[in-house]
Amino acid sequence: MITRLDVQHIAELADIGIASEELDEFTHQFNEILDYFDLLDQVPEQECQRIPECNIWREDEIIPALSQEEITRNAPGTEGGFIRAPRVM
Amino acid sequence: MGVIIGLEIHTQLSTASKLFCGCSTDYRNDGPNTHVCPVCMGLPGSLPRINRKAVEYALKVAKALHCEVCEEAEFARKNYFYPDLPKGFQITMYDRPLGVNGYIEIEGDDEEKQIRITRVHLEEDPGRLVHMGGGDRPRYSLVDYNRSGIPLLEIVTEPDLRSPQEARRLLNILRATLEYLRVFDGDREGSLRVDANISMEGYSRVEIKNISSYKGVEKALTFEITRQKSLIRRNQTIDRETRHFMEARGITTSSRSKEMEQDYRYFPEPDLRPLRVRDWVEYIPLPELPSARKDRFMIQYGISLNHARTLTGDLRLADLYEKVARVDPVLTATWIADTLLGELYYRDIGIGDVPISQFIELLELLKKGSITGKGGVDVLRILLDEVAGKKPVEYPSAIVERLNLGKTAGNEFLHLAKEVIANNPTAIEDYRKGKKGALNFLVGQLMKKTKGRADPRELGAILEALIAGKETEV
Amino acid sequence: MGFPDPYNAFITQCEPEKKGEGRLSGYTIAIKDNISTRGIPTTCGSRILEGYIPPYNAFAVDRVLAEGAIIVGKTNMDEFGMGNTTENSAYGPTLNPVDTSRVPGGSSGGSGAAVAAGMVRLALGTDTGGSIRCPAAFCGIVGLKPTYGRVSRYGLIAYANSLEQIGPMARSVEDVALLLNVISAYDSRDSTAVPKPYDHAPDPNIQGVRIGLPEEFFGEGVDHRVAATVYRAVERLEEQGAETVPCSMPSMQYALSAYYTTCMSEASSNLGRYDGVRYGLADDFRKHWHQAFQEVRQKGFGKEVRRRVMLGTFALSSGYYGKYYLKAQTARENVRADFARLFTMVDLIAGPTMPTVAFRLGEKSDPLSSYLADILTVPANLAGVPAISVPCENVHGLPTGLQLIGRYYDEERVIDAAYAYEQTTKKGG
Repeated sequence: MITRLDVQHIAELADIGIASEELDEFTHQFNEILDYFDLLDQVPEQECQRIPECNIWREDEIIPALSQEEITRNAPGTEGGFIRAPRVM
Repeated sequence: MGVIIGLEIHTQLSTASKLFCGCSTDYRNDGPNTHVCPVCMGLPGSLPRINRKAVEYALKVAKALHCEVCEEAEFARKNYFYPDLPKGFQITMYDRPLGVNGYIEIEGDDEEKQIRITRVHLEEDPGRLVHMGGGDRPRYSLVDYNRSGIPLLEIVTEPDLRSPQEARRLLNILRATLEYLRVFDGDREGSLRVDANISMEGYSRVEIKNISSYKGVEKALTFEITRQKSLIRRNQTIDRETRHFMEARGITTSSRSKEMEQDYRYFPEPDLRPLRVRDWVEYIPLPELPSARKDRFMIQYGISLNHARTLTGDLRLADLYEKVARVDPVLTATWIADTLLGELYYRDIGIGDVPISQFIELLELLKKGSITGKGGVDVLRILLDEVAGKKPVEYPSAIVERLNLGKTAGNEFLHLAKEVIANNPTAIEDYRKGKKGALNFLVGQLMKKTKGRADPRELGAILEALIAGKETEV
Repeated sequence: MGFPDPYNAFITQCEPEKKGEGRLSGYTIAIKDNISTRGIPTTCGSRILEGYIPPYNAFAVDRVLAEGAIIVGKTNMDEFGMGNTTENSAYGPTLNPVDTSRVPGGSSGGSGAAVAAGMVRLALGTDTGGSIRCPAAFCGIVGLKPTYGRVSRYGLIAYANSLEQIGPMARSVEDVALLLNVISAYDSRDSTAVPKPYDHAPDPNIQGVRIGLPEEFFGEGVDHRVAATVYRAVERLEEQGAETVPCSMPSMQYALSAYYTTCMSEASSNLGRYDGVRYGLADDFRKHWHQAFQEVRQKGFGKEVRRRVMLGTFALSSGYYGKYYLKAQTARENVRADFARLFTMVDLIAGPTMPTVAFRLGEKSDPLSSYLADILTVPANLAGVPAISVPCENVHGLPTGLQLIGRYYDEERVIDAAYAYEQTTKKGG
């Protein structure tokens, strides 16, 4: 059983805001969905097949980067080639 | 009270391109966001590709640290949010690292000891943040993603270290090992970062994050020991917590902020396939490593353990030594370890900038006895000043001639010696009464007059002979 | 102002370009809006990508351009692919051209509607749990989910990496086969791609092909009229020389839970990058980053996306990883094992694509009831095997789809059987 508090904690972990009026709705739906997921408790053990593909890699070769202009063009805020972000302190 | 220390070391690997994309890792002299592509910027739809060289480098290190290479290694996502993290997760390794259960030998406080290595794994570096707005409360941040995706090797030790000095020594030998393996460029800023776990025996463990230099590690741990011991003395509790090291102030501070407890929600990276590289390891050759080279130096060149350890503690220093050892292995070892290193450090000159042929000529002059030790030091200082000043570097023979530093045979100073004897009757008296120290005084007087160009032992002999009235023997 | 779009199939319409040379020369194509197109906004149907213009093309886009296709526009979709109605779009719902009171299915509903309405000849969709096959069935067109690894995902904006593939949608099996041909070239930039380009022209000869009919595909929860229609379609295949074999897929009972747990987990991580810093909806930079991220993600993501990201976060969180994520992987192994067992006995598995005909707009407002409608499509994604939906008879004037599922990299047989069936519907009138 998931409580409103759990939902708030999950939202915090997922860095997603929720309005207080949404909390009951989310809590109700989460419980419904997670109850359904409980079917997984009945899954019989099954040995995991090894993925046949492995060691998929590339050689250590430099590929030209995008230009500073191209790479920062989509950013909402830029400054001297840097990308602006919220403060961390 | 016993101290228990474990380290988590992150080193940048010196591949040409990043861990999961083809952007160049050589970004330090370039502007922000100039070595960035959709992959390391985390643009939607981009996919990572493993750099084979980075895996090879990591395996080399795992092998050198005597690790077992895992049958199957797997990249995983470590999910968390931070403005410098372009994808909202870091690609790292979690329950399937590349190497486990290794060890590294260090010179312990009491004896040689093995420090166990828990694991070795690959991960990507995040971007770099600049805090804008100044003061204690920056208004916003700026992000540069040039560093994002640089391959990092994380090496985790068991809590086998017992003092900050041992931690420092472990880092020194580890750094040397990485350099010998040619997987690491220690000159690059930010190329090594350390998190340390430290506890007093029987008390809670504290994690110190954000240490970015070797000296910092020793300082941070020493500070932390003092802090924890004083808490214990005052019967206060030590919190199990994460602290940050403030390099500039040499202290650690609690980072017990609003940051909630971390839950990284690791799961296997679905965009990459596993690595099965155990069989590859045996085909990866290891070069001679520091401890083997140290042993060889002692046998091949007949130098002392201390000199061998110093010389092999740095790849370029050891290489330099082997280039010039032929002049005279012991004399050369002494000069490099006891004189050259200090003079380089004083001038902030790299080992790679030592002018080899000039240095060889200097050693040859010393070996032939053409200049004295003191004269040699003078010549070396002039050479290195020229290097530091980016001037043309003269040859020692030219400097000796220009400054008249050539060692002059003692008898050319006979008249000076006679002057000294004439001017110091009291000392002569003392000497004759058996005060051996008086002779040293006289030699010192004579050295002053010869401006250091003569061998002090030779001068002593001249003075002794003169005082004994055996001028003819001189 | 571009062309009229009565069904709201497109989010962005493109300037018509000159046709190029190649196998798709002059063919119009619509691209689902979660596939990156250089210089053309790519929104994933989400506000959070507002204003984002990719600086590069997805591999599949490069391929269709190289073969001379004309990109008409970017199609509407459930936000990030999360839905089966195309109602979960920040750009409004797409209507089903067959009956505008109904949904076109999803999440590639814009592509499905554009093809069904004749606005384009071809479309690219993406299929994570049925997102190509569902709109194909609901709109009465052909849609194929290729084998996982067949088509490079480079440039496909990830929702659930281990499940999804880009695939072709068209009005005929031949066109679907041709488009698969074009997009299935090997691309080393996707480490999960396998170099197995598809190169086969449809052949209606299915003499001796064995087709399994798992009871779960016709049982509880499946509209009996839809089941009856599909049975009749299978009879047509029998008339063409195929043999049918009754069988069972016990793993179906928890396939849906395994699917949703997996896609939500992966989505919670994939969507972590949308924080308003590098692209998309802007943050207020003067706030503390944690608050700023929370706000922009609340504002930019729709409710279903937030629901899935939060549930996925929960499924991966410490203490629940074993109960949800790991268990789902075990369930997935069981689904794979079921297919492996069945494919030793049969060459193809057949059933309805969707358990019902297209829903009315607004009918699936409850999340769980919407999820349950994916039960017949998710098994192919969990196992990674190829599956096609080809239109069969209408039920009360609404299209239904026959789903054919094949062995790994056996698109050939899947397409041939679909083609054989398509031919019978043409002959029959």
